[in-house]
Amino acid sequence: MNFFRFVNGSFKIITKGSASYYAWVTFLILLTVWGGFGYANQLAHGLIITHMRDSVSWGFYIGNFTFLVGVAAASVMLVIPAYVYHWKPIKEIVIFGELLAICAVIMCLCFIVVDIGNPLRFWHMLPGIGILNFPSSLLSWDFFVLNSYFILNLIIVVYLLYCHFYKKEYKVSFVMPLVLLSIPLAIGIHTVTAFLFNALPGRPFWNSALLAPRFLASAFCSGPAILLILFQILRKITKFEIKDEAIWTIAELMVYAMFIYLFFTVAELFKEFYSGTENILYWKYLLFGIGENHEIVIYSWSSIIMGSIAFLLFLIPGTRKNFLTLNIGAVLIYGSVYIEKGIALIVPGFTPDTLGQIYVYTPSITEVRTAVMIFSSGFLLFTFLSKIAIAIVFEDYCIDDISTKKREEKVGKIPVAM
Amino acid sequence: MKKPVNYSGRRKFLKNLSIFAVGSLALSGCGPVTMKEFLQKNFRTLSKKEKDDIIKDLEKKYTAKYGKEFHVTDEPAAGGVEFGYALDLSRCVGCRRCVYACVKENNQSRDPQIHYIQVLQMEKEKGIDFAHSDVHYNPELVPEEGYFYVPVQCQQCRNPQCTEVCPVKATWQEPDGIVVVDYNWCIGCRYCMAACPYGARHFNWGEPTIPADEINPETHYLGNRPRMKGVVEKCTFCIKRVRNGKYPACVEVCPVGARKFGNLLDPDSEIRYILANKRVLVLKQELNTQPRFYYFFGV
Repeated sequence: MNFFRFVNGSFKIITKGSASYYAWVTFLILLTVWGGFGYANQLAHGLIITHMRDSVSWGFYIGNFTFLVGVAAASVMLVIPAYVYHWKPIKEIVIFGELLAICAVIMCLCFIVVDIGNPLRFWHMLPGIGILNFPSSLLSWDFFVLNSYFILNLIIVVYLLYCHFYKKEYKVSFVMPLVLLSIPLAIGIHTVTAFLFNALPGRPFWNSALLAPRFLASAFCSGPAILLILFQILRKITKFEIKDEAIWTIAELMVYAMFIYLFFTVAELFKEFYSGTENILYWKYLLFGIGENHEIVIYSWSSIIMGSIAFLLFLIPGTRKNFLTLNIGAVLIYGSVYIEKGIALIVPGFTPDTLGQIYVYTPSITEVRTAVMIFSSGFLLFTFLSKIAIAIVFEDYCIDDISTKKREEKVGKIPVAM
Repeated sequence: MKKPVNYSGRRKFLKNLSIFAVGSLALSGCGPVTMKEFLQKNFRTLSKKEKDDIIKDLEKKYTAKYGKEFHVTDEPAAGGVEFGYALDLSRCVGCRRCVYACVKENNQSRDPQIHYIQVLQMEKEKGIDFAHSDVHYNPELVPEEGYFYVPVQCQQCRNPQCTEVCPVKATWQEPDGIVVVDYNWCIGCRYCMAACPYGARHFNWGEPTIPADEINPETHYLGNRPRMKGVVEKCTFCIKRVRNGKYPACVEVCPVGARKFGNLLDPDSEIRYILANKRVLVLKQELNTQPRFYYFFGV
């Protein structure tokens, strides 16, 4: 019953807001609907209206999935520096990091659902009623760790907010072990996702031991980039207090991650290009194109250029400590990793295909619309969850505000959200 | 404080919208799928009675759809049989008759087009080199000067990577070595296609279409029965034929006798003769897939 009132109270928060809040929500709903019609079209005709074919049998959807696993993983790993450096708002960082992780995992699962040919048969994967090929299939591992991660984060966040809502002290002995468990699990989800590709000896482009380390390094670039911007917004509109130094430290950690990522990539490129075996073809296709087929080159180089600019902006102390250039850098690195995971990781794995044939893949409009649907509904969810969290954590929205008797006493000081 | 607006209109609208969305999703996703089909279990966990029941339903459904009397069997593997295949690279002329015989026998979709056999044209000077091969060669006459041909289909590996990665055990290796797919259990994630090093697995990207007069009504549940949109399919050595003592369609149609087939466990079989007396090779040996599909040079 108490929990129901908590949910009810949360629901009240998301239906109230300023004009700009409504505008933002409407915008996201419109995008979701626009994308949704694209997806409805795919449901009706099948995956034939994507540009995937037998040669390139995974594409943009699986790329997005991979990217979002990284976001989900990295947003929780940010708890480590917050803990080590004793940043003051560590609880808030945990809450918003995990909220982002929850939304990212939901989006991940959505990208899997839209990618499979028979979404209605999804229940075949559920242990108990279906058959999960565990432990043989890495996909079953991924399904397992993603769901555990999702449930764990959900428990932590809901518990923290619930306690706040009822003005109770939360039990550190309950939350702390869960938070500590979520960190290795965050590393786990991204490692298992990398192993998903890594496990295929028939695809030399992914069959490199550096794949999982590169995944983690790139996730440490893109995940904090979102939170970096989110923290600045929160700082402006709420009582959230995060010092400039903490933000700069996040940026500094991102530079290390970028450097490690760069180093791993250079090591990979050295091995491939110096040894020059026939496996070099995949990298050639990615970076220069093969023969007449250059369609993917624009993606790889835009990712490289955006990443390099972001690296420089974050590396030079002057631009790192300037919030304008810092934010430009955050957007650039986010874009760079997004293109890298979305296109540049998946497509060259399949091109040339196992029999040496080249099928040129770029996402179709349906794929883009479906991705827009998932991203905008994911953002919508994140907006709602953040709004609830902001109200509860920073604006002292609590049980008193919805129990009618006490409301009358409080009239006039109900917080104006956003 | 602003007076709380009446949200019931908006809420009702949202509710209706979500019902509409879920309903249309279910309908468009389902198509003609019945509840019974939706709840059907994995083939290997079905009882004899359940299987017979399903097969009877399928025969009725296919007969109605294609206007021909359909037979669907689920004949299991015979004991003491392990199928093996050998292809004579020195004889193959690249005529692609095998490709089309296969399409006809196995009821592959004509549009979108699915071919289980890919014939690769390779330069004699380069040897077996996938990177420089061409599957879309199209001269007036084959074989072309300076080229040889390597047809590739499912290699029916002893160590198949495709079955290992399937998240729902919708594909497996039968006791006679044939790797099959349960089309009613496959969720269409295509992990097996990413895993297969031979491009042997094919996906029904759209609703498969086969002209009614070209349909083959003699089918096997795990083989050439008509498939649906969104599932993976592959060569099964013509499971319907070979489990009845016939050759696969590609072996039978080959005009130059380049294709050999038999029981690896029978010491007197032709396939064993080839293994003993010719020098054979397998594709991508370094991947340790251990194919049951051999290539050799007969002359």
